[in-house]
Formats: sequence, C-alpha cells, structure tokens
Amino acid sequence: MSIKVKDLVHVYGEKSPYETPALDKVSFEIADGEFIGLIGHTGSGKSTLVQHLNGLLKPKSGQVFIGDAEISAKGAKLTDIRRKIGLLFQYPEYQLFEETVYKDIAFGPANLGLSKDDTDDRVRESMSTVGLDFDTFAQRSPFELSGGQKRKAVIAGVIAMRPEVLILDEPTAGLDPKSQRDMLDMLLNIKESRRVTVILISHNMDDVVRIADRIIVLEKGRVALDGPPAEVFAHEEFLTSIGLGLPLAAEFMRELRIRGVDIEGGALTADEAEESLSRYLKAKENVR
Amino acid sequence: MTIIKIEDLVFEYRRDDESPPVKAIGGVNIDIEEGSFTAVIGRNGSGKSTLAKNINALLLPSGGAVYVDGFRTSDEGALWEVRRRAGMVFQNPDNQIVSAIIEDDVAFGPENIGVESDEIRRRVTDALRSVDMYEERKKSPHMLSGGQKQRVAIAGVIAMRPKCIIFDEPTAMLDPGGRREVMDILLRLHRDGITIVLITHFMDEAVKADRIVIMDEGEVVLDGSPAEIFSRPDRIRALHLDVPLAVDLCDRLRRRGYDVPPGIVGIEEMVAYLCR
Repeated sequence: MSIKVKDLVHVYGEKSPYETPALDKVSFEIADGEFIGLIGHTGSGKSTLVQHLNGLLKPKSGQVFIGDAEISAKGAKLTDIRRKIGLLFQYPEYQLFEETVYKDIAFGPANLGLSKDDTDDRVRESMSTVGLDFDTFAQRSPFELSGGQKRKAVIAGVIAMRPEVLILDEPTAGLDPKSQRDMLDMLLNIKESRRVTVILISHNMDDVVRIADRIIVLEKGRVALDGPPAEVFAHEEFLTSIGLGLPLAAEFMRELRIRGVDIEGGALTADEAEESLSRYLKAKENVR
Repeated sequence: MTIIKIEDLVFEYRRDDESPPVKAIGGVNIDIEEGSFTAVIGRNGSGKSTLAKNINALLLPSGGAVYVDGFRTSDEGALWEVRRRAGMVFQNPDNQIVSAIIEDDVAFGPENIGVESDEIRRRVTDALRSVDMYEERKKSPHMLSGGQKQRVAIAGVIAMRPKCIIFDEPTAMLDPGGRREVMDILLRLHRDGITIVLITHFMDEAVKADRIVIMDEGEVVLDGSPAEIFSRPDRIRALHLDVPLAVDLCDRLRRRGYDVPPGIVGIEEMVAYLCR
C-alpha cells in the first residue's frame, strides 16, 4: 500500500510555554512494497511522524494519505486504516500478555471475527514467516522465550492481521548479535515474500544499509536526506554532525583513510570492504 | 590488586512459588584487577546482567560470594560500603533520573550518604565537568537527548566517588551520536583509574576493553584479551555473538589467500598491517 505525506506540520504543546515544533513541512511518497529505512537522532521527529501514519496523532496542517484514503481529513474513519497498518513500538516484548504464544498471536485475528480454522491458519502462517517453529513454540508461555524469540512472537501477532504497511521501531535494539542477524533475515523474508510496505526505524546503520531500498533522514522535524543507501551515506560529515553515523564498514574504511591508508571510498558493507581491501593489497603486491 | 572478587557464584530464582528454581548463574569465578577495563558479553539470557547486579548487591548470591574492595556483598552491614565503591549505570536513562534539575539529580547520591554540603557542591561540579554536562547543570533532565541523560546518570554515579563502575548495556537505547558520547566518557573514566565493567552486545565496544569475559548459560566460557577471544570467529559465532569488523575482514582476506598476521582486532593494528 502506498503512503503519501504532504507538508505535514506537527507542534507539541501549542500555545503553551513548552511549544515545540516536531514536524516542519515533511513531504515524501512511498510506493507500494517499498522498504524504507527511517533514521534520525533521538528527538528528530521519527516517532511523531509514524504516529501520524496510523492516525494516532492529528497534524496541525498538511495531509497524510494511506493508499487513496486521506487519514488526516476531519472525520476520517481510522478503524479500517489501523487494521491495514501494523505498528510495532520499541521493546514490544512488554506487550505480550497471553498464557501461550498461540493465544497471543491469535488475539488479533480472533477479534476480527475470523473462524477458528482461519485464525489457526493465520497463526501458523505468521509463525512460519517470523521463523518460530509451530510445534516447539505455539504452546509455550511467552515468558519462557528468549529476548529475540519474544520479539518475533510480537511481530507474528502483527503479521497475523495481514497488514499492508508494517512499521517497526528499533526491532533489533538490545538483542544479541545472533538474534539481530535472525531478525534481519526475518525482515528480508518479509520483504521478499509479501507485497507489504515496510518502514524500519533504526539507530543501527548496518541494519538499514543491509535491508532498505531507500533511506529517509529526519533532522529537526524536516526531511534532510532521502535516497538510496549509497547516496545517503555519501554524506559522511553531515550524518556524523547530526548525531548519526555510518555503517561499521564505511566508518572503518573512513578511519583507514584518515590514518593515511590510500584506499578507495564507497564501501558500505563488509562484503564491499573486503573487495576494496583485496584490490588495495593486490595493487600493493604488483608494485613490489 | 583485586578489587572485585567473584567466588563460586551461584544465583537461582523462582518464577513463582510452585515452579522449581532456575539457575541463572552456576558457579562463576572472576577476579577483576583495580583500574582494569573488562567487557562481559554473551547472548540474551546468558546471565550477564544477573552477574552485574550481583556485583553491587542489587542481587545477593544463592551460593558462593562476591567481594568488592574486601567487603562481602551478602554481609548486611557492608551494603553501603559495597554500593559506595561499585556504582552502576543501566540501559534506560529515563529510569535513572530522579530530580527535576540536573545538578540536584547528581547531588542526590552524596546527600543520601550524608556528605556535607560544601563537599557535595565540589563533587557535583567535578562529576558534571567530567561528563561535559556542567554548562547544562541548571536545566531539566527531560530536555536532554538520550546520550546526555545517560551522561547525567554517569555523573550521579561519579559523585559517589566509586572505585568501580558497572555499565549494563549503557548504549543499547541510544542513537549513534549518543553511543559515541557515552563510550568516550567511559574510556576517559578508565584512563582516570576507575575500574570499568561493561556489559554489551556491541563487539566494537567490547574490543576496546583490556579483557573480555564471555558468559553462556550462566557460566564463563571464555576469558582473555580481545586478540585471544576473537582469534576463533567460528567459536564466537556459535555462542550467538559476532567478531569485530577488523577480525571479520582479516578472516575474509585470509580465505582469499592473503597472508594476514594474527591478532588484528581494531583499526590501529589494521593500519599497521596495511602500511607495512
């Protein structure tokens, strides 16, 4: 499902001494099925923005379209829209509440009024998408799961609603490296297997570079950069100056250059850094 | 000199009255040298945070003992001696701030242990200067970024003049700029002689330590210098962890047939190798 945001303005505590502009004429369009990385330092407006996308907040001015529906309009019906948008907050494992993983994932579909069989299908399907084995985990208590598994169970519950837009806020924060890799594989899986539009909010530049088609950078409530990862991360100095950073590989190669190693720039991933280093070493051997 | 002594530490807990005890830590021995910087890593649920909370008596051992600067944590009379010597910084900065003004927040700890007011003022000034937050002292903590809040939390610990500080994933909730700020402060405190224990999931933070301890299923499975620990990437990955980027890249280059010397874990060694 496509998303269109036009001249979106939001102000917290308007007409109070604490008045803070949070979003200042934000505009962008996201095509159906696109995978977006949304980055920006704490307080840059990311959370405020995504809360507008499912109508949790109303703009002061500007418009938000989800598909053809303008959800920022007065009297817009939000129930249908919210069903189509799966929103996953930070540290979502605290939202698990049922006795078993199965019941937790089935809660949403059952509330939609689906039959027992249809609900069962959806639970099985979404557990398989997130990589939780049904026979092993369905009847377990959520409290017996590891941190990464809990988070997957919550995502399964969101996917079971068959959203057309999935918004994830820091899904890998606090996970160990293996669980982070698993979570990313799962997101790649979702990206490849369904026509769902995904917005990934992350402080982890490596996650974003590995998975997003396009990156939107928010700074002081404005869109500061918007483009494919290679284009966005070419702005090394700017990103660092606004409290962000580069993917580890890009940072590493930059440090090498700063310390006098004459190596080409542009690598964003470990694969690309490996290629650059290999070319550098080969050229050096040939000189000898 | 050993400042933290963890001796056959066992920690068990029960989910509820009927369920059997779960062993979170099963017989751990670690001696930590005064002035050292130790990183503790391990998968989610490996017992890292439980271990940290046992060091400053937030949790007490089910078996074995923990000593801080000679004081046993389970000795009731020693509780404040232990906490004064071993401060703790947690993951979420919002849960660690108690006052409406930054300098009051930093003064909270020393006030509570009855430090006289001139001395409190000196300590608060020193502590805020050492985390670069002195200019902000009259502000309200809620106006700060995540990294700044975490620095205020660290200042609150420093004002207690601890000999060691235990950081339990202090950067997990921060943006990249906040992570850099907190790591810079941590390294500065280490240079000033404070003993640091850092629990983290970021390998590029762990590699900056003198020593890395890897926990798995409540036990210490590896213990050594970063170069030793990361010398076998396959073993590290099997423990659900990862190696720092420099180690990974060297590994990849070796597989391509380049003769890369062992022991490269960070940028400095990599530069030395590439420029030789």
